[in-house]
Amino acid sequence: MPCIRINGEDRTLSGHVDSLAALIAELGLTGKRIAIERNGEIVPRSQHANTPLTEGDALEIVVAVGGG
Amino acid sequence: MQDPLIIAGKSYQSRLLVGTGKYRDFQQTADALDASGCEIVTVAIRRVNLGQNPNEPNLLDFLPKNRYTLLPNTAGCYTADDAVRTLRLARELLDDHRLVKLEVLGDPHTLYPNVRDTLKAAETLVKEGFDVMVYTSDDPIVAKELEQIGCCAIMPLASLIGSGMGILNPWNLQLIIEQSNVPVLVDAGVGTASDATIGMELGCHGVLMNTAIAAAQDPVRMALAMKLGVQAGREAYLAGRMPKRFYSATPSSPREGVISSRSG
Repeated sequence: MPCIRINGEDRTLSGHVDSLAALIAELGLTGKRIAIERNGEIVPRSQHANTPLTEGDALEIVVAVGGG
Repeated sequence: MQDPLIIAGKSYQSRLLVGTGKYRDFQQTADALDASGCEIVTVAIRRVNLGQNPNEPNLLDFLPKNRYTLLPNTAGCYTADDAVRTLRLARELLDDHRLVKLEVLGDPHTLYPNVRDTLKAAETLVKEGFDVMVYTSDDPIVAKELEQIGCCAIMPLASLIGSGMGILNPWNLQLIIEQSNVPVLVDAGVGTASDATIGMELGCHGVLMNTAIAAAQDPVRMALAMKLGVQAGREAYLAGRMPKRFYSATPSSPREGVISSRSG
């Protein structure tokens, strides 16, 4: 089972999480206003379903929050 | 009276830009923005909290898309690289959104900008098609370089971020305003409505603030005060103030015809 880094924390993926879209579903974030960077590159929303996750991937998942 | 603020080709009626941080809750944020009359609101980009209930309300749900132009910022970034990555994420998050606020900080105590990395990030972002409104120091040389790189608005600090110390160096702001061919907005340091007015009287094209409203005792009321302060300053600037007459009073009423027992 692949180990990846999400927002700076290591996580081991369960077997059925084989794509970025599946991970988003697992995290309860499907349909939420988020943006994702994988290994330093933006993954457009349209590519979530066919972006595989592999050992050592580093993801940043962000939202908009209050700020000045 | 038509006097639009034009940023990156888009017209705005309000010259007050407001941040969305530090309010009590999202409802107060929405109420303050409403009272301020602002059209451009800043938001920050942060890692999603993975431990949190994903169904908690989101700031964006409180900001009607057709009412406000969002201005994602790079607050908290200390390198050009982090700032660029943050705004690429913002562009994806906000559906190919191009208008951004760049700030690269240099010191956690003063939050003073790192102008070297700000210049570097601005170059990359402009090349990638972003419309960059840039937070910077009040150094006119740096402001000119940022304009030459292609930033669509120059936003010098009036004093330190969140300090509420007001406009500490009007002379530098004026130098920047006079030399610039893009809008100049005071960003950071405004504490109360008169500060906003003074900035606008100097000829600033707008004012961006957050803490001055959010940290007021009554943020919604202060938002209205800021709206009026910015309007008053803009009108005074356009009207053109009277010249100062040092050590020389001139009465407003006629000198003649005053009743007096001294005259004959």
